[in-house]
This record gives sequence, C-alpha cells and structure tokens, in this order.
Amino acid sequence: MAIRWGSYKVKNLHDELLRASGRPRPAAQALTSYLRSLKDKDIEEYKAAAESAIHVMGITFTVYSEEEGSIDRAWPFDIIPRIIDKKEWQGIEAGLKQRVQALNLFIDDLYHKQQIVKDKIFPAELLQDSKNFRPQCIGIDPPLGIWAHICGSDLVRDKDGTVYVLEDNLRVPSGVSYMLENRQVMKRVFPDMFEQYNILPVDDYPSQLYDTLAALSPRPGDQPEIVVLTPGVYNSAYFEHAYLAQQMGAELVEGSDLVVDKDDVVYMRTIEGLTRVDVIYRRIDDLFLDPEAFNPDSMLGVPGLMRAWKAGNVALANAPGAGVADDKVVYAFVPEIIKYYLDQDAILPNVPTYKCINKEERQYVIDNIDKMVVKPANESGGYGMLIGPHSSKEEREKFVRLIRRDPRNYVAQPMLILSTAPTLVGNRVEPRHLDLRPFILSGAKTYVTTGGLTRVALRKGSTVVNSSQGGGSKDTWIVDMETT
Amino acid sequence: MTMLSRVANNVYWMARYIERAENTARLINVNTHLLLDLPKRVRLGWEPIVDITSSRDYFHSNYEDNDERSVVRFMVIDTKNHSSILSSLSMARENARTIRDIIPREAWEQVNDLYLKGKNNAQSVMTHRHRYDYLRSIILGAQTITGLLAGTMTHDEGYDFLRMGRNLERADMTTRIIDVRSATLLPEMTEDLTPFENLQWMSVLKSLTAYQMYRREMRLRIRRPDVLKFLLQEKRFPRAFHHTLSEVESCLNDLPHNEKPLQLVNKLQGKLVRAKPQQLRQEKLHDFIDVLQLGLIKIHDCIHETYF
Repeated sequence: MAIRWGSYKVKNLHDELLRASGRPRPAAQALTSYLRSLKDKDIEEYKAAAESAIHVMGITFTVYSEEEGSIDRAWPFDIIPRIIDKKEWQGIEAGLKQRVQALNLFIDDLYHKQQIVKDKIFPAELLQDSKNFRPQCIGIDPPLGIWAHICGSDLVRDKDGTVYVLEDNLRVPSGVSYMLENRQVMKRVFPDMFEQYNILPVDDYPSQLYDTLAALSPRPGDQPEIVVLTPGVYNSAYFEHAYLAQQMGAELVEGSDLVVDKDDVVYMRTIEGLTRVDVIYRRIDDLFLDPEAFNPDSMLGVPGLMRAWKAGNVALANAPGAGVADDKVVYAFVPEIIKYYLDQDAILPNVPTYKCINKEERQYVIDNIDKMVVKPANESGGYGMLIGPHSSKEEREKFVRLIRRDPRNYVAQPMLILSTAPTLVGNRVEPRHLDLRPFILSGAKTYVTTGGLTRVALRKGSTVVNSSQGGGSKDTWIVDMETT
Repeated sequence: MTMLSRVANNVYWMARYIERAENTARLINVNTHLLLDLPKRVRLGWEPIVDITSSRDYFHSNYEDNDERSVVRFMVIDTKNHSSILSSLSMARENARTIRDIIPREAWEQVNDLYLKGKNNAQSVMTHRHRYDYLRSIILGAQTITGLLAGTMTHDEGYDFLRMGRNLERADMTTRIIDVRSATLLPEMTEDLTPFENLQWMSVLKSLTAYQMYRREMRLRIRRPDVLKFLLQEKRFPRAFHHTLSEVESCLNDLPHNEKPLQLVNKLQGKLVRAKPQQLRQEKLHDFIDVLQLGLIKIHDCIHETYF
C-alpha cells in the first residue's frame, strides 16, 4: 500500500485528478483506486518498465555543452497520466481551431493589405518593430492562404479550473513526438487501464501531418516528395525530426542535401542524381532558411529556397514569416484578432496580459512587478523571464530597467497558480505543476491532436516545465466517460 | 526508396573508419609481438608503422623519438593524428550518429560503445601488459559491428555503400602493409637471416589475419613469392586484394550510374590478374603496388563523384 491518497493535499489550486476534498474527479476514479492497490514492488516494476521502454525506444533529447559535446538524455517521464474528460476537451478543441484559423487570417492580412492595421485594431508601430515580420514575404500567396500549418499552443489551468492559452508557437513547435512516444510507453506499462477506460487514441498524428503536407504539393496528382529539414544532430529536437520523418516515410534532410537549381526548383542530392522536392517540413528558423534572403552566414539553410518558394515550386511548412503572430505582444491582441476576422468571441481565454508599450499598463506592471510574470516578446523555452513572486530585488530592478529601455519587447501577466497532478516522487505521490501543449494542423481541414503533450515541472513548487530546465512529461488521456 | 547522397557518404565512411581502426589495432599488436622475437641486431623498430599510414611528416614534427612509446601513442590515442585508432572511432561515431535512422539501433549502440570504451581505456595501451587486451577489444568490437550489420541491416543500397567502404579500406591497408613491409624487409635471399625473414613475412600475414588461411591454402612454408601471390591474387581470402575488389564490383552492380566506377574496377582487376607479383623484385614490386594504390584512389574518387 504505497500510494496513500490521504496524505495528498490539494490546497488553493486546481488538481487534475483530485478535488480539494481529496476525492478523485469522476474521470480519475478508476485510476486512483488502481494506483492505491499497487504495492511498492509493483510501482518499482512499472517505473523500471517505463524507463527501460524509454531507453529501448531511444527517446531522447539532446543537450549541448562545451565540455562534453552533445549528449542524448533520456526523456524524463512520469507514469501517472493526466486525465481530461472528452466533454471538456471538445470545448478546448473548438477554441484552438478558432484561434489558429484567426491567426492564419491575421498573418495573411499582414503580408497583403494590412487591413487590421488600417482599421486601427492592431497598432502600426508594433508591426514596424516586430522582429518576426519578414518583408521578404509581402505579397506572397501560399497554398490555401495558410501560413502556420503546424501550431503548438500552450495551455494552463488556473486555480479556479479555467483553461487559458499561455502562448502560441507558430514557428517550429516541438514536442509532438514525445506525445506519441509517451502513449507507446503507457501501453506497455499499464495495459490494464487501457481496457478499463475508453482512452482516445493519439497515433493518427503522423498520417494527419502527412496529409496536411501532401496537400501543399505544387504538383498535385503526383506522389509528392516530402522532406523534413533539420538543422542536424546537434539540435535539441533532432530526435523528433528523425522520428517524424520515419513515421511519415519522408526523407530527413539537412540544408546541404538540398539545392535550388536555375529553374527555381528544389532538388535533393541522391545517389541517383538530383530528385525534385515538393514539400519541405522545415524545422529551421526563418533566419537560417536561406542565406540569400536572410542571414548570409547561415550554414544550415539552402541558398535560393525563398526564390523557389516565391515561384510556387516548393511548399514550406510553416511558411516563412508565420512567426509574426508568434510573439508575446501579438498574443495580447488575439481576442481582438478573433473578433476582427471571425466576428466571434474567443472560446478559449487569454491570460490577462499587460502590454508595456502602453503607458498606463507599463506603470501598472512596474508598480506591481513583484506579483507579475514578465516576458520578453521573442524568447522561447522559458528564457529571459522574470517570475515576480520568486525573484530577488536585484532581478526586479533589472527588469524595470529592461522594460523602460524597450517597452515594446515586454508583456506581463499576473502570476497564475498552475494546476497540479499527482506525480511519483520515489514511491510516493506529490503534486507537481503542469501545462499542456496540443498541436493544431491547418490545411484543407483543421486537425487537433487528442490531448497533447503534458509537461510537468519535476522540481517541487517549480512551474518551469521545459525539458531543458528540469521538466518532464506525462501521458495525456482524453477519456470518453459516456462509454467508459 | 532513393538514398540521399549525404547518407550514402556517411555510411561509406563509417565503414571505412571502423575498418581502419580494426586494421591499425591488428598492425600494432602484430608488431609488438614481432619485435619480441627478433634479435636485437636486426630490430626494425616502429618507424615502418608510421610509414604504413603515410604520416611521417606529422609524426616527426610532433614527436622527438621514434621509439615504441611515441609510435604507439601516435597510432592509437593521438587524436591530432587523423588516422589514429581513437580518431577513426570518433569519426565512425560521428558518421553513424547522423544515419541513426538508416542503420539498426544495435549497430549504432555498438559503434557508440566501442568509441566510449576505446576512449576511456586509452591509457592502458601504453603498457605492454594491457596492450594486447585493449587492441583485441577494438578488433572484436569492430567485428561485432560488421557482424551486426550483416545480420540485421537490409542488404539494400545503403549496405552496398557500407561494403564498398569496408573493402576499399581493406584493399588500401593490404597494399600499404605489403609495400612498407617488403621494403624494410631484409635483402632478399640472404641466407643467414632466413629464419628472421620468415618471421617477418609471417608477421605480414598476421597483420592481415592471413596466417592460418595461408597455411591451409598454400600448404607451403612461408616464402615471399607465395605470400605476395596469396595476399594480392587469392580470390577467396577476404583481405586479399583480388577479393576486396570483387566485393566492390558486386556492390556496384546493384547501384545506378555504375558504368564509370565499374570500368575502373575491372581495369584494375585486369592489371592485378595479369601481374606476376611473386616474380617482382623489390623496386618493381613497389611500382606495382603504386599502380594498385593509384587504382584505388581513382575508384574512390569516381564513387565520390558519381554518388556523393
């Protein structure tokens, strides 16, 4: 009797599996009583089974250090799943579709008429200063008018249970391979639970991704040649690049494998000679894509790629320039963006966000900085953030200076109390904070993953879920309670 | 499914580097043993080993002595020497890392493991007592990889590139060993040194694991002409030049655009078959080996140009 739910306290926050009373939520009932029935020995066994599955399947992420070069680290994984009722999930799914649809219309507008700026909904100066707006993309019409084919949005749940969108990743979001692999691990570890619950499958993603990409081919009718473009083995997400390529049966290529010929067509170098490439799922940032158009020092990209894309001879997913909507300042405007393009209210709320570019809001942030989370507009991975309540006086003063110097680059949000879920610590369960990253595919139709990647902050009290900074993950179960 | 040139190139080089590490390990092992058997007055020392890998200049500008310690360090653990065992293993690993989706997982793990073990135990090669075990573990590790790949990898184009890399490297090493060893070998047919000459030719065979097979095949005592004939023209011995070229030829037969490289292989094979290496005196033998080496370089360049 190793797991005693009696000692698991839920206080002043939302727990994904248990209520404040300590009783399980309806969808978690079968799981919690199953876990209670396990002996220490069983738990050890399950943990070992999960670890060995992860090792054997080679699920790793790469950390690069000067001394040791690049190291593959095993993916930290907690065997207790996070459960969401299908009914709640359907609402979230609808909200995500609405959001990404509006963001795609927004991006397309910015590279064409900029009507939203003319109508004074979105400030012109923000667009002028945007680090992710690419003038090279003005006037281009990507297939179907879609720029962000693959989006990963981060969701968090506050203490009252409300699910908020924390940010949208429209450049090269990663993590989906871990979502898929986590499920494989869980099926090996807890086959019984999959019989008890009606857990919706997640494995459809690679086929959906393939369809989304194939639909972009400039040569419809033919079997398209799809490639995944990776920066290479030293990239932290290389495992995922290789994994997705393998799952889709696409070729995993590096920049040096591709060449743009005089006909503005992209080819890959194969042992048979040059073979035409139709669709590139690129996992390289805009600025490294094409040394002719962007950073001339880039060794990762393909000279002439932008030319080929503009000529419509190759499709790029995501389209260059899509990142303009992947910006913490633009984020603050998403509710207005949804209203403007779709004439709808946002289904999923934004976290209330103060824009430091606006004088009154800036003053409010500075006055209340000890209660705020301050974020730079263009950083990802949790870098360059200030978490007010956990910060020192020097750190707060430094951020006040940073905000004053470059107000456009900062937004601030009240500190949310992220929800928790029971997580194994030794042989006991303790609450740990988590978030959720679903992935949304946009093409001829829109597809949302069933659940997504649940990331969990493994350090006690921490809310930083990034794998590079002590985060791990859990399997996410969307369960159909009506048929369970 | 078509194969990316970069991937083919990496497979090819991974195989070459693994083969190189294995051959170098054997070379050093055999030389260590040979020197123990030779009388002090005819002791040939370690310099020929450096010559075999054509790195004399680099060696002399970085090492003061050409004694055993320096040469072993240089050939095994000096990572500034691009053909040292550790360099080769490290390059094999870097090549394998980028083709993890092409080669079976166990093979990648074995390449990784061989590098890490080679690196972590590197110092043990400097002592006579542990040298044999260390080099033997390198040889066995390399052979495990070869075996794993033969038994678990689809024998597709990727496997053809792997075999070509391995066999060209083998052919290269065989010619280098014959060239250097025969040059430093004592004057032909000098009566009083015969037992030692015999020992040296035996060491040449052993460097190529050919001793036992030679005895079985030739049923003769160790004699220069027969050793040369065996190492160059034997069709069925896997490290004989003739056999390695036939392997390359059979790989090329499966690949597209193979006319040019095949032509070169056939041309070289023809020269080999027509030659009578057993009759060549030292100078002429050296010239003939040069012809073979040049042929290998041409084949390599042509493969590179055609496929990579």
